[in-house]
Amino acid sequence: MFGWEFPPNNRGGLGTACYGLTKGLSNKGVDVVFVLPKGASKHSHLSMINANDLYIGNKKIRLRYLDTMLMPYLTESEYEASLKGLCAGNGSAGELYGKNLFEEVMRYAEKAKIISMFEDFDVIHCHDWMTYKAGIQAKQVSGKPLVVHVHATDFDRTGGNPNQMVYDIEREGMHAADRVIAVSNFTKNMIASHYGVSPDKVEVVHNAVEHKNPAPIQKLASSDKIVLFLGRVTLQKGPDYFMEAASRVLKIMPDVKFVVAGTGDMYRRMVDRAAELGIAKNVLFTGHLSGDDVDKAYSMADLYVMPSVSEPFGITPLEALRNNTPVIISRQSGVSEVLPNALRVDFWDIEEMTNKIIGVLNYSNLKDALVENGQMDIRRMSWDTAAEKCLNIYAGLTGKV
Amino acid sequence: MKSVCFYFQVHQPHRLKLYRVFDIGRNSNYFDKLKNKQIMEKVAKKCYLPTNNLVHQLIKATEGKFKVAYSITGTALEQFEKYVPAVIDSFKELSDTGCVEFLSETYYHSLSFLYSKEEFKKQVEMHRAKIQELFGQTPKVFRNTELIFNNELANYIEGLGYEGILAEGADHVLGWRSPNFVYRPKTTQKIRLLLKNYKLSDDIAFRFSNRGWKEWPLTTEKFASWADAAEGITLNFFMDYETFGEHQWEDTGIFNFMRHLPKELFKRNMTFKTPSEIIKNEPIAELDIHSPVSWADVERDLSAWLGNKMQHAAINELYALEKSIKNSNDAKLIQDWRKLQTSDHFYYMCTKWFADGDVHKYFNPYDSPYDSYMTFMNILNDLAIRLKKEAGQGIRITERPSMLINR
Repeated sequence: MFGWEFPPNNRGGLGTACYGLTKGLSNKGVDVVFVLPKGASKHSHLSMINANDLYIGNKKIRLRYLDTMLMPYLTESEYEASLKGLCAGNGSAGELYGKNLFEEVMRYAEKAKIISMFEDFDVIHCHDWMTYKAGIQAKQVSGKPLVVHVHATDFDRTGGNPNQMVYDIEREGMHAADRVIAVSNFTKNMIASHYGVSPDKVEVVHNAVEHKNPAPIQKLASSDKIVLFLGRVTLQKGPDYFMEAASRVLKIMPDVKFVVAGTGDMYRRMVDRAAELGIAKNVLFTGHLSGDDVDKAYSMADLYVMPSVSEPFGITPLEALRNNTPVIISRQSGVSEVLPNALRVDFWDIEEMTNKIIGVLNYSNLKDALVENGQMDIRRMSWDTAAEKCLNIYAGLTGKV
Repeated sequence: MKSVCFYFQVHQPHRLKLYRVFDIGRNSNYFDKLKNKQIMEKVAKKCYLPTNNLVHQLIKATEGKFKVAYSITGTALEQFEKYVPAVIDSFKELSDTGCVEFLSETYYHSLSFLYSKEEFKKQVEMHRAKIQELFGQTPKVFRNTELIFNNELANYIEGLGYEGILAEGADHVLGWRSPNFVYRPKTTQKIRLLLKNYKLSDDIAFRFSNRGWKEWPLTTEKFASWADAAEGITLNFFMDYETFGEHQWEDTGIFNFMRHLPKELFKRNMTFKTPSEIIKNEPIAELDIHSPVSWADVERDLSAWLGNKMQHAAINELYALEKSIKNSNDAKLIQDWRKLQTSDHFYYMCTKWFADGDVHKYFNPYDSPYDSYMTFMNILNDLAIRLKKEAGQGIRITERPSMLINR
């Protein structure tokens, strides 16, 4: 498997999904070699392939790190900024890494080719565009079937204006693949309509959530209600719609607190917007949260809102429900396909979002029913089921059961 | 000789419009007139008009030997009058044949019997007056909303002078007994109880077009032979009128099935009777039904309307406002409050089988039971503000609007 990130060092849902899926596969007795970029950090540049082993599920997952500067959710300009930073500290870095994000993706693919010569495997499984080139290289070297797993497309990330080079890589990967896995029907439709892939080639495997106990309930000293946004503060996640709804809610319920947990390229703009709307004292920005802090944030909140503009799946509402927090989710999301017991809104419908936020905050029977029944929806999902579906796809490609 | 009794339920609620928090205290139009009009027109065209026409033809063709009974709710009647008066005319024509009986129920198709006897009695009177006004008949037989029934109801209805009452022939109340006889409810003196034969009724109403059913396709011959084989004196086929043309579309052959059914039954020496004719038979036994039964879902209890906390909260608040609403003497306010009592509003809040998608979705204007609860509670908040006559002041939204009033 080729991925971008793996917990605990993940910035988004992709790492969580890869962890859940590999654990599910491992439970089914599959040997997984997981290759991921190490990121250009303070670690040594000398070893090209770092290896360590991780025990999750029944089997050992072998992690293989490639020394590249690829980081999940990296944009081209962010890559260049980060390369410049590295060169300032180490004169030779400029020669080691690609001059831009795309060169680096190609470099990652070259290294992937070498890895695939050393490892023994039956199927190549790639997660999202940065790894597609690597997957194609590995397929050429090994002749093994390629599965491309689409967690998101550049249409989702950019609100419908994909970067042409990213799009080309995505398209190439999907067409080179023997099978494509989409995380939802929402994404399957996107793949069919924007990438010219026959729907017959695309299989939907919905994500799941790890079943674990909720974090201990943390309440602020005050009795004020808390509404949470948690995710990257980027166009895709719709933080701006959250902010507009917040300002409308506050006109009717002046004491509600709105928490924005996460960072991203719209962070500054959101801080400014809260001030412009005159609601700065009711909006708290926490920055990026990880590990236990994420669960704490959910359990502190009275309501979680996911106003994504385009969300291929969206694991966060499941995590919120796991912490007994009801959710309002964007209709433009894959998770709404597996969460019938949730409140849904169109991301652009700020009025309706406001209406629903106020409803949940005031009607406790509604809140209780959403949590109770939403958790029933969650109990129906499991990574083992997702892994089972992947195994069937592998079996179809390799003839092995 | 065994007879067949068809009773059809005709009901349409006043559906609510999307009523948001911003509307509270500002806008007191709760009902979606456009949607209600569109649905009335659509169902009239697909079901009510063609089925009335078919029933009329059958009555003529059999020289009055084909008979049926209807229970038409007040909320359906007033919407027919407003949006498709041709339906009222065609029911009047049916009434004029003398082969059609109209039953009694609550005007608003409400659950009021369970919450307020005073309100229940009022709605039964309103409905009776409406039937008298439109069809010149005085109903003698009562059926409660969704066939909800227990001993207490039978006793109460007997006290109002009714001679018969209908209920679901649920297995858990009948045990080994057959629904095909006349019974007397425990705690009553004279009133007769007729029970729905749910197996044969549901063969038509639910299974008729189901290709996965081993008996599909259901022919009139096959159905008539089942009816012939059944024991008892009466086969009570109770179902929604919308079965014809709406639940079962015309292309399933449902109209042709009905068209040929009478002659198949006649061939086997069966006749048609209306409820008030059947109750002339002596009861075969007493039946003790303490807990309410209904004809809804597999459970055949109250859980479709009163199965979760949202449903209980909504209906308790609605009836908690009763006294203040009535004391207001505001006719519009009282009428709005009554329209909110229609059982459909609580049915839409049902979460029982929501995830699987089912019959609760039929004509359901909401995305989810949660949306339906929010709309309803927002409206109750507005009702409370109207009662306090304090619109325009700072609005406090609450799940207990009656507490704002009854202090």
